[in-house]
Amino acid sequence: MTSLPTATDGRKLGLVIDLDICVGCHACAVNCKEWNTGGHSAPLTDEEPYGADPHGVWFNRVHSFEAGDGDSGRTVHFPRSCLHCEEPACVTVCPTGASYKREGDGIVLVNADTCIGCKLCSWACPYGAREYDYADGVMKKCTLCIDRIENQHLPPEDRLPACVSTCPASARHFGDLGDPNSDVSQLVAERGGYDLMPEMGMQPVNKYLPPRASTRHDLETPAPPPETIPASTDTGSDFLNWVDRMLTR
Amino acid sequence: MNPAYSVIFFTTASGAGYGAIVWLVVLALLGIVPLTPALGASVIIVSLALITAGLLSSTFHLGHPERAWRALSQWRSSWLSREGVAALVTYVPILIFAVGSLFFSAYGPVWIWAGLIAAMLSLVTVGCTGMIYASLRAIPRWSTPLVVPLYIAFAMSTGAVLLIAIASLFWPTPGLIAWCAAVITLAAWMLKIAYWRQIDNAKPVATAESATGLGAIGTVRLLESPHSSENYVMREMGYTIARKHAARLRKIALVVGGVATALALVIAGLLPAPFATAASIVALIFAAMGILIERWLFFAEARHAASLYYGASEV
Amino acid sequence: MPDDIRPDDRYEKVDQSPVVSDEVKTTTCYMCACRCGIKVHLKDGAIRYIEGNRDHPINKGVLCAKGSAGIMQHYSPARLSQPLRRVGPRGSGEFEPISWEEALDTATEWLGDIRRRDPRKLAFFTGRDQSQSLTGFWASQFGTPNHAAHGGFCSVNMAAAGIYTIGGSFWEFGEPDWENTKYFMMFGVAEDHDSNPIKMGLGKLKTKGDAKFVSVNPVRTGYSAIADEWVGIRPGTDGLLVMALIHELIRTGNVDLDFLARYTNSHWLVRRAPGTADDGLFVRGRDGKPLAYDRNTDQLVDAARIDISPAMRGRFPLHEAAPGDGGSDAEAVPAFQLVLDRYLDEAYSPDAVAEQTGIDADRIRRIAAELAHAAFEQEISLDVEWTDWAGRKHDKIIGRPVSMHAMRGISAHSNGFQTCRAIHLLQMLLGSIDCPGGFRYKPPFPRPAPPGPKPAGKPHQVAPGTPMAGPPLGFITSPEDLLIDDQGEALRIDKAYSWDAPLAAHGMMHMVIRNAWAGDPYPIDVLFMFMANMSWNSSMNTTETIEMLTDTDPETGEYKIPKIIYSDAFQSEMIAYADLILPDTTYLERWDCVSMLDRPICSADGPADAIRQPVIAPDRNVRPFQDVLIELGARLGLPAFTTDTGAPKYPGGYADYLVHHERAPGIGPLAGWRGEDGSSHGNGAPNDNQLERYIENGCFWSEEFAPDERYYKHSNRAYLDKAAKMGWIASADPIVLQLYSEPLQRFKLAGQGFGNVVPPVRYRDRIAETFDPLPIWYAPFEESHTDLEDFPIHALTQRPMAMYHSWGSQNAWLRQIHGWNKLYMNRSTAEDQGLADGDGVRVESPYGSIKARIALMEGVNGNTVWTWNAIGKKRGAWNLSPDAPESNKGFLLNHLITDLLPPKDGYRFGNTDPITGQAAWFDLRVRVVKDDGSDKALANDPSDSGIAPRAPGVGKAAERLRFGARFLPASNWRRSRGGEDT
Ligand SMILES: Nc1nc2c(c(=O)[nH]1)N[C@H]1C(S)=C(S)[C@@H](COP(=O)(O)OP(=O)(O)OC[C@H]3O[C@@H](n4cnc5c(=O)[nH]c(N)nc54)[C@H](O)[C@@H]3O)O[C@H]1N2
Ligand SMILES: Nc1nc2c(c(=O)[nH]1)N[C@H]1C(S)=C(S)[C@@H](COP(=O)(O)OP(=O)(O)OC[C@H]3O[C@@H](n4cnc5c(=O)[nH]c(N)nc54)[C@H](O)[C@@H]3O)O[C@H]1N2
Ligand code: SF4
Ligand code: SF4
Ligand code: SF4
Ligand code: SF4
Ligand code: SF4
Ligand SMILES: [Mo]
Repeated sequence: MTSLPTATDGRKLGLVIDLDICVGCHACAVNCKEWNTGGHSAPLTDEEPYGADPHGVWFNRVHSFEAGDGDSGRTVHFPRSCLHCEEPACVTVCPTGASYKREGDGIVLVNADTCIGCKLCSWACPYGAREYDYADGVMKKCTLCIDRIENQHLPPEDRLPACVSTCPASARHFGDLGDPNSDVSQLVAERGGYDLMPEMGMQPVNKYLPPRASTRHDLETPAPPPETIPASTDTGSDFLNWVDRMLTR
Repeated sequence: MNPAYSVIFFTTASGAGYGAIVWLVVLALLGIVPLTPALGASVIIVSLALITAGLLSSTFHLGHPERAWRALSQWRSSWLSREGVAALVTYVPILIFAVGSLFFSAYGPVWIWAGLIAAMLSLVTVGCTGMIYASLRAIPRWSTPLVVPLYIAFAMSTGAVLLIAIASLFWPTPGLIAWCAAVITLAAWMLKIAYWRQIDNAKPVATAESATGLGAIGTVRLLESPHSSENYVMREMGYTIARKHAARLRKIALVVGGVATALALVIAGLLPAPFATAASIVALIFAAMGILIERWLFFAEARHAASLYYGASEV
Repeated sequence: MPDDIRPDDRYEKVDQSPVVSDEVKTTTCYMCACRCGIKVHLKDGAIRYIEGNRDHPINKGVLCAKGSAGIMQHYSPARLSQPLRRVGPRGSGEFEPISWEEALDTATEWLGDIRRRDPRKLAFFTGRDQSQSLTGFWASQFGTPNHAAHGGFCSVNMAAAGIYTIGGSFWEFGEPDWENTKYFMMFGVAEDHDSNPIKMGLGKLKTKGDAKFVSVNPVRTGYSAIADEWVGIRPGTDGLLVMALIHELIRTGNVDLDFLARYTNSHWLVRRAPGTADDGLFVRGRDGKPLAYDRNTDQLVDAARIDISPAMRGRFPLHEAAPGDGGSDAEAVPAFQLVLDRYLDEAYSPDAVAEQTGIDADRIRRIAAELAHAAFEQEISLDVEWTDWAGRKHDKIIGRPVSMHAMRGISAHSNGFQTCRAIHLLQMLLGSIDCPGGFRYKPPFPRPAPPGPKPAGKPHQVAPGTPMAGPPLGFITSPEDLLIDDQGEALRIDKAYSWDAPLAAHGMMHMVIRNAWAGDPYPIDVLFMFMANMSWNSSMNTTETIEMLTDTDPETGEYKIPKIIYSDAFQSEMIAYADLILPDTTYLERWDCVSMLDRPICSADGPADAIRQPVIAPDRNVRPFQDVLIELGARLGLPAFTTDTGAPKYPGGYADYLVHHERAPGIGPLAGWRGEDGSSHGNGAPNDNQLERYIENGCFWSEEFAPDERYYKHSNRAYLDKAAKMGWIASADPIVLQLYSEPLQRFKLAGQGFGNVVPPVRYRDRIAETFDPLPIWYAPFEESHTDLEDFPIHALTQRPMAMYHSWGSQNAWLRQIHGWNKLYMNRSTAEDQGLADGDGVRVESPYGSIKARIALMEGVNGNTVWTWNAIGKKRGAWNLSPDAPESNKGFLLNHLITDLLPPKDGYRFGNTDPITGQAAWFDLRVRVVKDDGSDKALANDPSDSGIAPRAPGVGKAAERLRFGARFLPASNWRRSRGGEDT
């Protein structure tokens, strides 16, 4: 349904991504692909898989940025998928109602049976999070692993998005951002989690945790050494008296 | 944005068609143009053909054209849906008006109302088309108040030229109308110049810094794209035309679509019948070329916020 | 609640609880050598999903990008599907399919013949496999010393320096104490073998937030990107940085003397008698035991005694201290005094190294202060009682929470061995080895530094038709152990354990093709290789290597390397250069073993090993290489592979071998569930049901140490006893860390002309200079041969986390991420040269020239360019289309790397570390110039040399891949749309 739900149940399921920890390994991206190509949106088609211009449908992609110049800058790996926005233009522009935001948990989905493949939603999404499947002729996107997070056929500890459970660095967290007491909300509060491009007005549910200041563990630079080190290191030189402690083996 | 030919054709062709209908109704009602069945039918047929071809072509780029009907369902929120509904609804008064102008005196109240409604709905449809673009915040160069007026202005301008070209086949165009069309054409292009100024001077709406939230550290630059080949988003949204080419194309569009079209129209208004017809057709050709380039640029110059994740520094 | 009516079903009925799979099988990932545990979900006979096994000790449920792409590996269209025999000329890629019977007959004939005549004519080298305990054993049963795996070109510097110094090493053989460390320093690591554990560890460390992570690396990507401090060092100069840190720590008195005195040989007395044959050797008592100077009694005493107060510095005239011993001028000096003498020298001060390393002196001083602060001010102590080797009880375990890890950024330089030793020295000075918060050994390490046995392969150990007396690889301690002939020339085809590379503990696979081609030291007959792409990404000097593989003797027309047998699972570049192809299965189709005898998966907290089980049956005419090897062993009549009657000993193939083979009584490939009833671990009789027990347990076995066994393993009574019982070490004696390395000094003396076994003249200086018993730094060799103004830039490669060497490129998903590579360059350096982002360039070394496209970045040392490793492909290989970006835009840096240094006194040394023979990939110097030609064709020479045709049985690759479509219900509309559903 193109109109946004007037109220979700208060649940806002989403991801929190810790840019201070992400090493850019692409595990989340590939595991997402692997799960989802056989999942709710199956398949995630790949074009020219062994040819000149291989490209395909991926719900999660890991970019790398540099911020700042020279040594003082940072390299930041930056995974990006659908942010399950609260005011998602991808939903409101959809002429068919194929694109919708769920009331129960705020997940934004595409109904592949009614999507006409007009691509307008992908124009409307500022985050580039919508993925067109050329073979199926429909729009696809991150489902927040709708077929995992409450899947009764999976053990409870596996009811997490694929990208979250696979992330080797634990840089990804999943939970209810509508509940201020949830682990993810607390993490966002503690670490100053933020929205991408707030100026677009989409009010993303997913949050990013900023890289922490790189100098936070530095000691003060110690005083420079005396002009010269005593040349002789022979026994008896004051300089190395510490070595002459009586040691026992 | 990737300038998709089907969309360029759709917006320009349907725009001209709707514009011509509006002019037909207005001029007929004002009595400036004698609404003979031949003239009425030709204008309406050509316009409907353009509109219909445009609509059809716009379904070509759909992944599922057979489901196109579904696009009518979300008129409450989606401008694309509204455009579709408006376009379909507009057929009704246009056809009624057509019947009236062909078989009855078009000046009866029913037909007058049908004409007026057709004209209004045509404008609404063009407005909806404009709104589709104007409502996309992710593409700041579209999301400006000038976009809808521009769509309407160009529809009116190209519609006028179209109407004159057709009318000149049947009936010597009064110079006044051609000159009015020239003025309208120039006005549309003035508006376009204003738009270009505006987008050239607009402050960036979003930056690589805001897209990543890393601005506090310093300038943000893409180090590596997620994949080494282009994906859908880059293909669809990543198209950018070099400033240099854009500037040249703008000039060509302006000279051909604005100045040359207007000149041809002025000349058409000055010359006697067969020459006027020829000049009107030349004007139409210029106008078409101009509008196609304009629309191509409209896409090619627009930058999508998603490109900030692929190397753009601001949009 | 699948039946609940949800409000959201108005939009679409979403099945939130689909059945994921019909069956889940556990096994071990082999998308790289990290060996994570996986769960493979099978649906309708196909692989639906592979996920990490939460119970597995290595990855605890996570899975990396490669592991997640296992499905595409398994279904890759580049898979070989039948045995092949070459019919066209080498390199043409023309093959005919043959049966396994024919293939095995051919191999048996070729190999049987040379075994009867001269087993050395077989060079058997294996690549990135995990069955070295089988392959090495097989080689020695065959009787050839010419065997090694890929370690020589990989990271033997790291392994050897560690083993010779602390009896254990980085790689995946040790790990930082992620839980407790407060300061973690990483040198030259992009990814490493411990892929997931390192990521998990860094995540833990960063989440805790109370530890500092410093990454020393010319490039700021990957792990370095999340470091608290990135030290963008100039390549090849880490030794200087580390020694400057040592200088500072000593200068400021921040050294753990107690640790040194207890656990290292720092108090052992070294004889100083320059110009004599014993100079620099330890002063030993009559019983051969090293001596120390006891300050309580002013006597020279057994250094191992615990009731002494050893002198850590001083100089003791030997004739006074030990009358009757040594020349009159000789003195005895504690090893630690030599450390002081060397590293306090101004040459190692931060100011002195700042320019060469590119690191500010103040910054070096700060890092040294931070190291000291973490080690000594943030000391931790665990309330755990433990007993040391001497029986002393301690009520606490003291930790110096500074940990380090290093890998190929250190080892792939020709000064890597010594640099790595310097890092271990730094660890020892901080007292941070196997303590809480420090670097920790994973069993079976620590082992004696170095452990036995020595490599076999001496002339009397090699005879026709006979197994060798021992393994082909091992650790030598003096020139007498070298595998050389009377003239001092190499006995092995790769010249490992010769004067070229005396401590070549992993062999030198990278020299095999060159030496076999040159017949130096002798010609061979069969080159038998497994799982190594030696014509391409693992060869230095690709162009000449390809020429050598295809070169013929002008007189006979025979190939210079007469026969090449190769086992691969895919159509790699190497296929075209082999004569007989033995196609392997994929990792999901075979039994395998990750053995404690090889490269185990233990953690510092306990031993573990694992198996791989076939989770899906091969659909092609392929066989697991290990099965084939065992069958060949039986056919050749190798004693360990045949029964007394000559019948095959392991008719059940590798699975049979895994269960029933015993290396020593009670010790076999697998440690878990031994004993007839499966009740004993580590040690015990073979258990017929062992594999079932592994499968029940998720295909791995693991055990946790008791709290008092976990730290100070080199000196921990409980641990040492257990290790000896498990067969990890020969005896429960403590392991003394080798601050000062006597084996190196023995070689140095030989280089100086002392001793019975001295090198030919051309080696002397090199040996005398580089075999220093204390870590030294010398400039990478390539720098002394190259005009540094002409070639001002260092060129490096890094492992991409989402690609495994060359074999990821046949993977439809991974190659989308890394389909071609750019050359990354420092922005200001490039701009100074007038180069802009995206420019086409030529990269030129003294040995070759290639084209590339550059990308500019901030986070790279100004003198350095780098690219992702092994992305460039030869056109047509891997069943990629000829216009694939891998061969059109991507490039391979290897084309620029030389395998031999320029001649010196008429001899060309390998481009390797002089001590271990480690390939010096990262010594490469280049210049980068704007490409004057058009930038449309960026293809590079050897990749252009003809397109390899698809091998017989390798089908045309799909143009569209819709993997997963099959898992949708048949009624689903999407099924009907086009494309191939592989
Ligand atoms: N420039 C540069 N070059 C380097 C390095 C570098 O850092 N820079 N690193 C070096 C190092 S450390 C290494 S280890 C080497 C690695 O280089 P290689 O050992 O050549 O590794 P791969 O390219 O992975 O090739 C291994 C071969 O194994 C095959 N294979 C894959 N799976 C199977 C299987 O299940 N069975 C069989 N039989 N075969 C299989 C693959 O198809 C491939 O042909 O590269 C070295 N080369
Ligand atoms: N994903 C993935 N994982 C792999 C592999 C793979 O191909 N892909 N290969 C496996 C194999 S065989 C190996 S050997 C390991 C190797 O794993 P790594 O040791 O991580 O090897 P490299 O990727 O070669 O990274 C070398 C790093 O050293 C840096 N470096 C180069 N020169 C210097 C120097 O002089 N000083 C310092 N401080 N740093 C330097 C480089 O910038 C680079 O970051 O990875 C294993 N794991
Ligand atoms: S898996 Fe985790 S560490 Fe790896 S790229 Fe994704 S978020 Fe980053
Ligand atoms: S990120 Fe894009 S696709 Fe996802 S909800 Fe927001 S606007 Fe829609
Ligand atoms: S592509 Fe599909 S989901 Fe997107 S706007 Fe069009 S109909 Fe809606
Ligand atoms: S939540 Fe699921 S669908 Fe979304 S990015 Fe993660 S793995 Fe992919
Ligand atoms: S690190 Fe990745 S590829 Fe390597 S074994 Fe583990 S999951 Fe497999
Ligand atoms: Mo390696």
